[in-house]
Amino acid sequence: MFTPLNVILFGVVGLLGVGFYGLLITRNLIKVVMVLQILIKAVILALVLAGKLSGNMGLGISTAATVLVADTIVAVVGLALAVQVRRRFGTLDVPKISTLRG
Amino acid sequence: MESIQYGLFLLGAIFCAYRAIVSKKILSATIYLACISALVSATLYLLGAAQVAVMELSVGAGLVTVLLVYAVSVVGDDALDPASVIPKPLAFVLVGMVTILLGFMAFPAIQTNIENSSIALAIALWQNRVLDVWIQIALIFSGVMGVLGLLSEKTPGRTEEIHQ
Repeated sequence: MFTPLNVILFGVVGLLGVGFYGLLITRNLIKVVMVLQILIKAVILALVLAGKLSGNMGLGISTAATVLVADTIVAVVGLALAVQVRRRFGTLDVPKISTLRG
Repeated sequence: MESIQYGLFLLGAIFCAYRAIVSKKILSATIYLACISALVSATLYLLGAAQVAVMELSVGAGLVTVLLVYAVSVVGDDALDPASVIPKPLAFVLVGMVTILLGFMAFPAIQTNIENSSIALAIALWQNRVLDVWIQIALIFSGVMGVLGLLSEKTPGRTEEIHQ
């Protein structure tokens, strides 16, 4: 039951659950980017685990590296957008931003 | 012994993730996010993915943390998370159901024995997935250019200078 790979799978599912919960309850734009980071960390772990399970570790690692690069770009652009939104609209609250015009 | 190590690292990561989500101050949440990165990279290292562990530690716990602190310093007073729109118990129940379903769907994959067809990382990355490498390079350049454009301060136009 508690083999190492099972424990990692439980960890991945737990991290995904916490991430989904965060996406539902978070309203701050910067925090949304942080929650996406948590979800991506779970995905990276799942990809490496899948590589280990299938006996194809090289493919798992290279896919995880690709996801890591894309995730970093998402974080960087998301934070830059959040800063610009704050400068333009004066708020980071997602429901308020979605009702604004201009 | 190995299971206990993985369990401790991942329980720590889940605890930090929960604290990062529920903490009101975004600066505290940033520190918790860096802790998650460190714990996940330790787990990746134990799994045998040392390359990804190093990238995760340097990028996740380093670069992204610095960027988050910069963003918090820029937004200042707005760095507080307001109360959620969806009631938290409802969100908890929904996420619990999804997580349990995900666990039931993913658990049989662990038991499956797939034949070993190991490919070296260099071959997988530079030969089988060479298109992805080029896309990554393009992605990095586009990210840098996007950030330069987005973070640039608005310079006063010629007409504004004349009025002044």
